[in-house]
Amino acid sequence: PLISWWGGVQMGPPDPILGVTEAFKRDTNPKKMNLGVGAYRDDHGKPFVLSCVRKAEELITAKHMDKEYLPIGGLGDFSKCCAQLALGADSEVLKSSRNITVQTISGTGSLRIGANFLARFHGGPRDVYLPKPSWGNHTPIFRDAGMQLKAYRYYDPSTCGFDFKGALDDISKIPEQSVIMLHACAHNPTGVDPKPEQWKEISDLVKKRNLLVFFDMAYQGFASGDIDRDAWAVRYFIEQGHNILLSQSFAKNMGLYGERVGGFTVVCNDTEEAKRVESQLKILIRPIYSNPPMNGARIAATILNTPDLRSLWLEEVHFMANRIIKMREQLVAGLKKEGSSHNWQHVIDQIGMFCFTGLKPEQVERLTKEFSVYMTKDGRISMAGVTSANVGYLAHGIHAVTK
Amino acid sequence: MSVFGDVPLAPPVAVFKLSADFREDGHPQKVNLGVGAYRTDDCQPWVLPVVKKVERLIVEDAGLNHEYLPILGLPEFRSASSKVALGDGSAAIKDGRVGGVQALGGTGALRIGAEFLRRWYNGVNNTATPVYVSAPTWENHNSVFADAGFKDIRPYHYWDAAKRGLDLAGLLDDLEKAPEHSVFVLHACAHNPTGTDPTREEWKQISEIMKRRSLFVFFDSAYQGFASGDLDKDAWAIRYFVSEGFELFIAQSFSKNFGLYNERVGYLTVVARDSENLSRTLSQMEKIVRTTWSNPPSQGARIVSKTLNCPELFAEWKSNVKTMADRVLLMRDQLKAKLQALGTPGTWDHITQQIGMFSFTGLNPKQVEYMIAEKHVYLMASGRINMCGLTTSNIDYIAQSIHDAVTKVPQCRS
Repeated sequence: PLISWWGGVQMGPPDPILGVTEAFKRDTNPKKMNLGVGAYRDDHGKPFVLSCVRKAEELITAKHMDKEYLPIGGLGDFSKCCAQLALGADSEVLKSSRNITVQTISGTGSLRIGANFLARFHGGPRDVYLPKPSWGNHTPIFRDAGMQLKAYRYYDPSTCGFDFKGALDDISKIPEQSVIMLHACAHNPTGVDPKPEQWKEISDLVKKRNLLVFFDMAYQGFASGDIDRDAWAVRYFIEQGHNILLSQSFAKNMGLYGERVGGFTVVCNDTEEAKRVESQLKILIRPIYSNPPMNGARIAATILNTPDLRSLWLEEVHFMANRIIKMREQLVAGLKKEGSSHNWQHVIDQIGMFCFTGLKPEQVERLTKEFSVYMTKDGRISMAGVTSANVGYLAHGIHAVTK
Repeated sequence: MSVFGDVPLAPPVAVFKLSADFREDGHPQKVNLGVGAYRTDDCQPWVLPVVKKVERLIVEDAGLNHEYLPILGLPEFRSASSKVALGDGSAAIKDGRVGGVQALGGTGALRIGAEFLRRWYNGVNNTATPVYVSAPTWENHNSVFADAGFKDIRPYHYWDAAKRGLDLAGLLDDLEKAPEHSVFVLHACAHNPTGTDPTREEWKQISEIMKRRSLFVFFDSAYQGFASGDLDKDAWAIRYFVSEGFELFIAQSFSKNFGLYNERVGYLTVVARDSENLSRTLSQMEKIVRTTWSNPPSQGARIVSKTLNCPELFAEWKSNVKTMADRVLLMRDQLKAKLQALGTPGTWDHITQQIGMFSFTGLNPKQVEYMIAEKHVYLMASGRINMCGLTTSNIDYIAQSIHDAVTKVPQCRS
């Protein structure tokens, strides 16, 4: 053709997080640090393949399984243990079979299926309330599915902590039957989680407002190191009678990032309702990707269902979470040593992979330009990129731009 | 009161329901001629020898990890996929105007392409652009484009039930009458479900009208190599259209030709006028991917990429593909011969004229019901059978069952 069909297609803006890595790659400073990366790194800054994953892969290879299509809802073994992991083995929901859990394309795929389901079947308002701030991809996911986005106060920049009063105030004004998104643990990007007492109040208020709860749990096990502790809020809400939607990811806690392993759960009134919901989820999934990929789900199911591997996994998750916690402590110690007069307690109080440092954009820019420390403009750093070798350098740089 | 109190029970997807019914059937001679997956002569799934080999290499490679792939997919996989479709010597590839998106199977590739077209083709967010799919077509085509937001999905004439072949006149007429800029979903080879492909001359006629009338070409290529046993032969139509200067999409699946059904390996090849248009297009496809699955699964792409990019493995793969295609061709020959030997009423040439995994037998819904209920031979209500379900052990039973269905259950008026 003389002119292209795509002449009117605008250039899409670069992804803010990927852009960080691109710039990092171009930098020749030997001391450079990539703190944008949302993937766990070991103490040498290298990607970490869990031993339980390698062992599971060997077991799987030895079985010589076929490659036939999975059902639309995915590997049955996987969906079962995925739900069990989140809800707890003794969950009343599981005993009454009143949940539907489908395998999804990691957390993103799970959120998208949930968003599509809401857009098609939720009789309430189109608005989904996200905490302010939230994971950057939440907004376009819900928008592309046809929902609208609103926010409730969450992060308090003056304390680098939880704006509990602001959150309750905003939530109390959300119109009934709206959807509210909650991060189950290790809030992304702030690392700020409500305390159990605060969760209880939030649950009561959400119940009073008759809101539909959508939990995003991308870091179970990765936050505190304890999978049950990290799932506490989810389980509490269910006990309190909320029929929740839940997205789970195994990208971080099993290091299965590129295998795209996740789950989407709808807690229903009863089995009959769960069957109806399941049938509609399949109708949504089929025209997106037909059925999900086997490899990662098979690995995850093998780990969760093989006692030795499950114990090993719990140890390794604990290990990863602990390394992060240690780096937080060492960073604060380093800043004290540098002579910083600021209060850095939030670095230790925050939890999970990310830390909202409180650095302003100008300070972030200096940190990048002068010290080759790469992070997102909002001051978020991935603690996973910090090692015992570079934590001192990081403390030095942060002190330099904040003193 | 439940928020989901009003959610209706959706009907099951037909092809999966068929398999479920088959599984529950206890009859010793039951046969599943439904879902489209290859079977060996022992009626077993077949993991390609080259795939087994490459998987071992991957598991044993301590240098590999499970990190995220780029949003658009594994780079070596992407380049290899375009090459497989367009050929090694492709001028379009040399010109830097070919790119694409790694996707979850052929379905995922279709969906990304459909979403992009709805947002950026024929205006911005023009949900009214007509999308034409063949009558009949793979049933999921409709849903993919509908869920991507298109409001006007129409059939184009394709299958002529009376003559059991291509309704060329009807097809060309639809092309002439379609509003300009309409999207047409074309099956690159081994049309699903009819197994009936246009000849090269017929493709040329289709191309001429599409160019003249500014219709958009969206190829669905799920069976490259699987149809004739020859990758280049099966890609002839795609390559012809590219050489004719079309900007087009090709949704490729590696489910069948690599037997990698459950690893969801697909690719959307994008051929644009030039690299500048290509890069803007891909940047927008990235945004679509990001809210759908973020980045694609790595296992299947690694297997395909390793195989396509290594000469020895590539040769071994081609031979595995030919094995599958040859068995299907053999079953076609034998089924036709047996029906003719039985003296089954009607003509059965279409069985060997059709190509690929599927055959549109011409059995009507009542005859299909008979096949399932009385003979425990499971096939789609459309009369579509999966040739891969035939084996040397069951072919006599199947031929006899078809014979009984045709002679005992009356033909409908067409």
